Amino acid sequence: MSNLSHQLPAPFEHAPLALVPRAIPWGAAALLIVAFAGVPWLAGDYWLNAILIPFLVLSLAGLGLNLLTGYAGQTSVGSAGFMAVGAFATYAFLLRVPVLPLPVALLAGGAVAAAVGFVFGIPSDRIKGFYLMATTLAAQFFLEWVFTKFPWFYNHASSGTIAAPRLALFGHDIYGPVGRYLLTLSVVTLLTWVARNLVGSRLGRNWMAIRDMDTAAAVIGIDVDHHKRLAFAVSSFYLGIAGALWAFAYLGTASASSFDINRSFQILFIIIIGGMGSVAGNFIGAAFISLLPIFLSQAGQALLGGNVDPGQIQNLQKIIFGALIITFLVKEPEGLVRLLASLRERLAVWPLRF
Amino acid sequence: MNFFLETLFGGLLSGTMYSLVAIGFVLIYKASGVFNFAQGAMLLFAALTCVSLQEAGLPFAAAVAASVVVMGLLALAIERAVLRPLVARSQITLFMATLGLSFIIEGLAQGLMGAEVRALDLGIDDVPVFVGDVMLSQFDLFAAATAAVLVLVLALLFNKTRVGVSLRAVADDTRAALSIGINLNRIWQIVWAVAGVVGLVAGLLWGARQGVQFSLSLVVLKALPVLIIGGFTSIGGAIVGGLIVGAAENLAEVYVGPLVGGGITSWFAYFLALAFLYVRPAGLFGERAIERV
Amino acid sequence: MSVPMPSGQILDVRDISLSFKGVKAISGLSFSVQRGEICALIGPNGAGKSSLLNVLNGVYRPDAGEVIFEDIHYRRITPLEAARRGIGRTFQNNALFKRMSVIDNILSGLSRHARAGFFAQALGLPPARREAREHRELAERTLAFLELQAHRDTPVGNLAYGLQKRVELGRALIAGPSLLLLDEPMAGMNADEKREMSRFVAEVNRGLGTTVVLIEHDIGVVMSLSSHVVVLDYGRKVGDGTPAEVRANPEVIAAYLGTVQ
Repeated sequence: MSNLSHQLPAPFEHAPLALVPRAIPWGAAALLIVAFAGVPWLAGDYWLNAILIPFLVLSLAGLGLNLLTGYAGQTSVGSAGFMAVGAFATYAFLLRVPVLPLPVALLAGGAVAAAVGFVFGIPSDRIKGFYLMATTLAAQFFLEWVFTKFPWFYNHASSGTIAAPRLALFGHDIYGPVGRYLLTLSVVTLLTWVARNLVGSRLGRNWMAIRDMDTAAAVIGIDVDHHKRLAFAVSSFYLGIAGALWAFAYLGTASASSFDINRSFQILFIIIIGGMGSVAGNFIGAAFISLLPIFLSQAGQALLGGNVDPGQIQNLQKIIFGALIITFLVKEPEGLVRLLASLRERLAVWPLRF
Repeated sequence: MNFFLETLFGGLLSGTMYSLVAIGFVLIYKASGVFNFAQGAMLLFAALTCVSLQEAGLPFAAAVAASVVVMGLLALAIERAVLRPLVARSQITLFMATLGLSFIIEGLAQGLMGAEVRALDLGIDDVPVFVGDVMLSQFDLFAAATAAVLVLVLALLFNKTRVGVSLRAVADDTRAALSIGINLNRIWQIVWAVAGVVGLVAGLLWGARQGVQFSLSLVVLKALPVLIIGGFTSIGGAIVGGLIVGAAENLAEVYVGPLVGGGITSWFAYFLALAFLYVRPAGLFGERAIERV
Repeated sequence: MSVPMPSGQILDVRDISLSFKGVKAISGLSFSVQRGEICALIGPNGAGKSSLLNVLNGVYRPDAGEVIFEDIHYRRITPLEAARRGIGRTFQNNALFKRMSVIDNILSGLSRHARAGFFAQALGLPPARREAREHRELAERTLAFLELQAHRDTPVGNLAYGLQKRVELGRALIAGPSLLLLDEPMAGMNADEKREMSRFVAEVNRGLGTTVVLIEHDIGVVMSLSSHVVVLDYGRKVGDGTPAEVRANPEVIAAYLGTVQ
């Protein structure tokens, strides 16, 4: 009780404390071991390139948006714009400051995205809820425009696209699928650990308080404006790094149109389906979004004997996504993550049933 | 001076198109408190339905009538499947549900009726018309006239019919309306149907202007600045907001655009809305929300 | 075991007036509160009691008048500043964070005491962990004091109304305010619950020396719990004194005609 200037009455100092000892996360550790050591050997190039890497990057993007929207309660439909900032900023650092190693360039790109996010978060002190969406839309369309109109950003390439000048870590070329996969996995693991620290800390609590009732949060002494701007900055940091990874670890080449409004909606869907206000949910949501198209086209092939129009698959996908969102909002607003948790609870007592 | 007036009037006229879209939003927001993101998808669906029926051989008037019926049925389905289950939930939840709804409607529209751009010919050529020395687009004038007629029809509907009075009651105080026996579900069905018809009109006009295609559903995003400026709950506000956004956008693109490379219409309206929010957080005509602790 | 209390005024309300769109909520209200007392604000509904609390902690800005708290003079203060200076507050409508657990709600009351910075929290550095542990201990003690341990992890929105009020008290309490403003802390409670809540309030006052200003409708509670009563009617003060004095005041009786319990 060092720097707190008061104490509770004597009789109550002997109350039993229910401090929970830190449990060792065996499940997560096992998963990480498999992911780092097992997958690169077992998974083929296709799986790495087309499924695992985008899954990881989308999870990271979802995590970024979730911090802002799911925890701090600020609805944003401009995530892709901040991803673009990260991608183009990282590109600028890699291209123009060759001495910077890749991880530093990534961090720097994220920092630039954070700064831009902070600026667009400034109106959040006056503008709330719904209307804040207009701010995020302004960010989305403005940033898309900037990265299309000003050739400096894509080094005057006539196609308007950027590509990583070099992808190397400690002298090793990581251009291949395994290299890019491990890079993405490391970044995502690290940033997920940081996110878990944040949401379990006082900062995370303050964000959730602001989400639940920001006027009350202000009245009990939380600096709401500061926390909202911070949420924008941190969220954009994550989104920026996700954007850089999306461009360089997944796509190879990217342009402003890789980060359009549809991408923003895609990320919003990830967090709605996966669970807003959850860290694990982003992975579930991203897995869902990554795997559903494949599942659908396989199912289509199987049922209709190979004569499947990819356009119709897309339309079907849209309908299914839309229906799922509505179903989740109605039945399980906390998304797949809560659904799976309840399922697990029910399975645990299944034989008993009472 | 002429050039300025042309730009201004051109902007005002295209602003009426925005107003049309925004009116659909206002109707639904007033009656059910929902920001209907699916309004754009409904626009697309309505326009596609009409065009497809025309291509199948129906004369224009019949196609329009049939489309009205289709939008009515769609409204019924939406009320039953989306609005009723989510009746007590937060605004953001409802908005997200309409986001999902927009996906469903878009998927259906393109799945059933194809994704190619369709030309829509309303019989009005986009030729220049001269008012004094100022050159205006004939099509834009027609669109503005249509919007005016629509607003008149809506005004009559709301003020002179029993259904209209019930709609206003629900918009004013839902609980009070319930307590005097107004069937909320029925009202919502009607409002969404009317919004669907407004969407049909807007969809046909927009479609004639730029072809009936997917990007029509993104027009909804432009409605947000219109509603922010004009308020979410006033049709008059939607009109004024649309005019302001249309004019300001056009003027900005013409006078400021060349300085920065053009194409600023993609984002200018949102920054305009932002500026308005700083000065008048509830829009020109909207109501201030008071949060009580 | 009481903490020896420094004597003197802790709060001086001077000539406060407040109106909403022409309707006067408070007119020329003046009274003072001694350090360490429990002062009850009573009066019919709409008399301006909640509005006064809102003025005291900065939610409303009065049209005229001044507040002196400790040695700070203000007409307008931000809620953040009021919280930082040592004014704690509960609300009539339970301004709790419904989706957060009981312990998280209580912990949120410590926000202004926190020192660990962003990076310390993000990277789980020792200063942040230490502070989190200390806060957690304080929260546990508060839970124990208010006998809420059983509901530690329950989302507050799922609790009964009376329990929610207790959580709110905990949240206001954990930050160690020198002045506690309680807006109808016993609303919606039955006799047993009221007794319990009164016990908690009395303990906070006796054991910690916290000055309490509470709005309360139950006259029995007011008489037994408070040492000073201020009566409001239509935004004006109609009584000010000890419970006994106020009870015998004819103006007060008139204001309360028909609502005496």
